Amino acid sequence: MRVRQFLKPRTVTREVDALVDALPKHNMGSQGYDPWGLNPDTAKISFMAVRWLYDNYFRARAFGLDNIPAEGRLLIVGNHSGQLPMDGVMVSFAVANQPENARLPRSMIERWFPSVPFLGNWMNSVGGVIGDPKNCAKMLERDEAIVVFPEGIRGSGKSYRLRYQLQRFGHGFMHLAMEYNTPIVPVGVVGCEETMPSLANIKPLARVLGLPYFPLAPLVPLPARVFMNFGKPMHYANDARNERDVEWRVEEVKDAIRDLIDTGIAQRKSIF
Amino acid sequence: MTDKNTRKTGAGNGSVAPKRKTPARRRAPADTARKAAPAGIGSATRGKVMVTGAAGALAQHVIALLRENYDVIGVEFRGLQTSYPDTVDYVVDFNTHPFEDVFREHGFTAIIHLGRIRFTQSTRGRRYSANVTGTARLLRLALQYGVEQVIALSTFHVYGADARNPSLIDEEYPMRAANLMREIVDAVELENLFNIHLYKHPELNITILRPCHIAGPGISNEISRMLAQPVAPCLLGFSPLMQFIHVEDMAEAVMRSFERNHPGVYNVAPDDYVSYQDALQLAGCRRLFLPSVPPMLARRAVRALGRYAPPSYLINFFKYAVIIDGSLFARTFDFQPQRSLTELLGHYRGNK
Repeated sequence: MRVRQFLKPRTVTREVDALVDALPKHNMGSQGYDPWGLNPDTAKISFMAVRWLYDNYFRARAFGLDNIPAEGRLLIVGNHSGQLPMDGVMVSFAVANQPENARLPRSMIERWFPSVPFLGNWMNSVGGVIGDPKNCAKMLERDEAIVVFPEGIRGSGKSYRLRYQLQRFGHGFMHLAMEYNTPIVPVGVVGCEETMPSLANIKPLARVLGLPYFPLAPLVPLPARVFMNFGKPMHYANDARNERDVEWRVEEVKDAIRDLIDTGIAQRKSIF
Repeated sequence: MTDKNTRKTGAGNGSVAPKRKTPARRRAPADTARKAAPAGIGSATRGKVMVTGAAGALAQHVIALLRENYDVIGVEFRGLQTSYPDTVDYVVDFNTHPFEDVFREHGFTAIIHLGRIRFTQSTRGRRYSANVTGTARLLRLALQYGVEQVIALSTFHVYGADARNPSLIDEEYPMRAANLMREIVDAVELENLFNIHLYKHPELNITILRPCHIAGPGISNEISRMLAQPVAPCLLGFSPLMQFIHVEDMAEAVMRSFERNHPGVYNVAPDDYVSYQDALQLAGCRRLFLPSVPPMLARRAVRALGRYAPPSYLINFFKYAVIIDGSLFARTFDFQPQRSLTELLGHYRGNK
């Protein structure tokens, strides 16, 4: 609380203050927290840092943001890469920073993040939520927009030689989309693969540290250009007869994301 | 009661209660010896209610509310003190024979079971015996003597504290504490016991309440102790989200569940949240940061602080958020807490 009180007046501009205040936020309590730990003051401080990264370091560009509806429940489903959840940060910022119809999407994070000191609390306070179906369901009930990477650590932890190859998608997001009648907006993220290219996964070290993977990669993310393409909303009725039907629908989403990745690669003139 | 094990303590007439190992009645027989008049026409009250854990702060609030319309018998089984508040009519171990005399003597229509030995108050074996075995006997006697309604106080601790917990945990979520924390398995067993009776004996009309942190005047649980201290420990890099309910609001919640009688299991928590470190600061505490990694070091640091820190097996509740969804209770019983977080935490700040 004291750190926030110290940093906020020194770092947050009036523009960002007003911008974050204007974002629709649900279920905020009297002390400035929602049930998942989102704290607007911490989000504002982080917003300043992420904006610098977005504009100056990664020189990110987002296309098709008009496909994001201004309100209502929504799943933003994308490809995961780059060892660190930088793609989630970029996608969330792009949606929150748009001049019209801005909203603060919640990112599904790995289940082990809350066990990391400082990082877990910080991720929660800027909108990160543990990737648990119950969390997702409760948020959809409250008409939140959620960023989901169904590849999970299979995507973020993959080595550089597998770049832009979609790994197996979990089906959980599709079940939730059907059950809660939620549109899916696919997003193809290009550039995050190059921010932290991993040559190998040092499994013994990962085991010792209790991490899902330990990449042989640069110590800090490289300043690769990031391109994000948001696709048209996809709607699925809750009428799947079996898991095979669900799998087909997941494949449709994967195909849409593949197309968006190809678009991003075509837009990119240079990696850095 | 004429049992040789049952004595008056004389607490009501100013004499000092003798130390005892046996259950005792605390009031003159004339006060309580009469059989309860059946509720209904001709009855001054709506029935006779047993409240266990009657010496506790929550029970005192509940009894004060109940006395407007009911005959209340307060029973306590925790500790052997020299004095008890006036809300305690009997001090009796639930596992002993004289406990049945209390049922024989009073025709209870309902039991509000608030008495539970907390995690810090005794050994695991003693807690198990009192909380689980004792409560099993309480339920047997309730069946035998035709009790029509039972309200049981459980705790949100049964969900366990874990990094993978979702937020807004609802009543169907598994009681993972049994797997995560052996020391608090008695709380889970107690719930299981009530759950079995809930379905096996619907005539008991059991309502199980799982409240979040109860705090406020008179409460002396782990979190209240931390908030009341001038310096409170917290783990470096961890400030879990928490929910608090004021003791008076909780008493109101117990009353509503008793008077409206919708058997089932309910979380009881407000739709308001604060991080642990923010709560400490709002309560006027200075924070003492303890190392959080590796976990072994954190546990040792907590142990070294003794009673100035929570017990080491509860450490994960001060590391990971356990946020429960109290909406079912709020909807079913039309309940809305009246005291704000600022008011609740301000109580601790005001006392410093």
